[in-house]
Amino acid sequence: MNDILRPIKSVGIVGYGAYVPRYRIKASEISRVWRGEQDGNHLPIKQKSVPGPDEDTITMSIEAGKNALKRAAINPKKIRALWIGSESHPYAVKPSGTVVAQALDIFPANTSGDMEFACKAGTEAMQAALGYVGSGMAQYAMAVGMDTAQGRPGDALEYTAAAGGAAFIIGPASEALAELEGAFSYVTDTPDFFRRNYEKYPQHGNRFTGDPAYFHHIRAAVQTLMEGLNLKPSNFKYISFHQPNSKFPRKMAEELGFTKEQYTTGLLSPLIGNVYAGSSILGFTATLDAAQPGDRILLASFGSGAGSDAFSFVVTERLLQAKAKAPSTRWYIQRETVVDYTTYARWRGKIRK
Amino acid sequence: MDIPRYWRLKDQRYRLQGTVCEDCGHYSFPPRLVCPNCKSKRQKPFAFSGKGTVFSFTTIYQTIERYQDQVPYLVALIDLEEGVRITAQLTDVDSDEVEIGMPVEMVVRKFYADGDNGPIFYGYKFRPIATGS
Repeated sequence: MNDILRPIKSVGIVGYGAYVPRYRIKASEISRVWRGEQDGNHLPIKQKSVPGPDEDTITMSIEAGKNALKRAAINPKKIRALWIGSESHPYAVKPSGTVVAQALDIFPANTSGDMEFACKAGTEAMQAALGYVGSGMAQYAMAVGMDTAQGRPGDALEYTAAAGGAAFIIGPASEALAELEGAFSYVTDTPDFFRRNYEKYPQHGNRFTGDPAYFHHIRAAVQTLMEGLNLKPSNFKYISFHQPNSKFPRKMAEELGFTKEQYTTGLLSPLIGNVYAGSSILGFTATLDAAQPGDRILLASFGSGAGSDAFSFVVTERLLQAKAKAPSTRWYIQRETVVDYTTYARWRGKIRK
Repeated sequence: MDIPRYWRLKDQRYRLQGTVCEDCGHYSFPPRLVCPNCKSKRQKPFAFSGKGTVFSFTTIYQTIERYQDQVPYLVALIDLEEGVRITAQLTDVDSDEVEIGMPVEMVVRKFYADGDNGPIFYGYKFRPIATGS
């Protein structure tokens, strides 16, 4: 296997911010509409987040980006790249990042482009930002993973396709709240889930999404990273894996030798669903909120198509000062206004005038 | 076609950018070329903090076509902490949760989309302050 990824200059996260909309729909409510009495005990999560009628990937990226800027306390003009990973960019052609950069006062001396790699588009943006700063091209770069995921009405994905994500400002290690130790990316051509051009809803390969896709790619990325850094599971305080449901990340963590104490803090999917490109990184922000200096955190995404990015970060003293400057991820998770299926269907464009 | 207008207004709409008078310190939103207080033409761009309180509010049920999909929605008069009163939609809040004097903060949200294939317009709305830890 190849060497792990490390930039020339030491880099880390100088600011992070989470965002989850306030609305939720219960899985039992979706089941009531489409399966009647046949729901029982097989629902993949308890509830999922639902974006408000005036929210999309752009507005939510601005929210998370503002939180990251509050924690970083830097001049936004020093951010020279803004990459947003999502599979729900509001436009097919016109970058989400231009609106977000203008709103966050990052513009105009920045590069910006939309990333797409299903649920790992957010960590793809992080990899690019780590490389951009680590090469010396820029002092700071912002990476966002954000989604307002759509599931076909009645489809298995409708129970979990949710909204939320996180933003990270990457900068020099000397200013970092969490320093990068190393990363590894693993990608193969595996068509487990996809959405063709002009289609509103994605298709998935049912059981094919498990072993050949999710488990194989995260396993390969995490194991290679740990071998490269000469680390074992017990060296990590927290982990956050991609969370398409409640079961997969638990099963993956336990198979790789991680304990419940390590994965529970970052496991948010039971309460908000699968926020796609924001999923593993939103869990990662919850672990940062809880972490203490010296803690090592493992982040591993999974994106259908398929691939996984794995990162090891070590928390610094600076995190303690930065945490309280923006709302915690838990606060976003805990604020909830439950809506019924009809409201959800109207807001998500499933019914129209 | 709203593109030229929104392009001109983007800093106002995304960042509450108004003006401050370099002679008397009077804040204006929307931005002014001439100070309404001292008539000075020395006006400097100023981004408002976005923090304020609700002066009054109402619920809109009848509206123009581009906002039809959003009714019913809340509109409020907001007193910004810099001392300027502006009109804006409230978001992330139900009508029975709003009170006069309630602290609010500015967020960028979708105003409307120009049909199925036109541009999407974004701008400021206000919501209860997100301070949670």
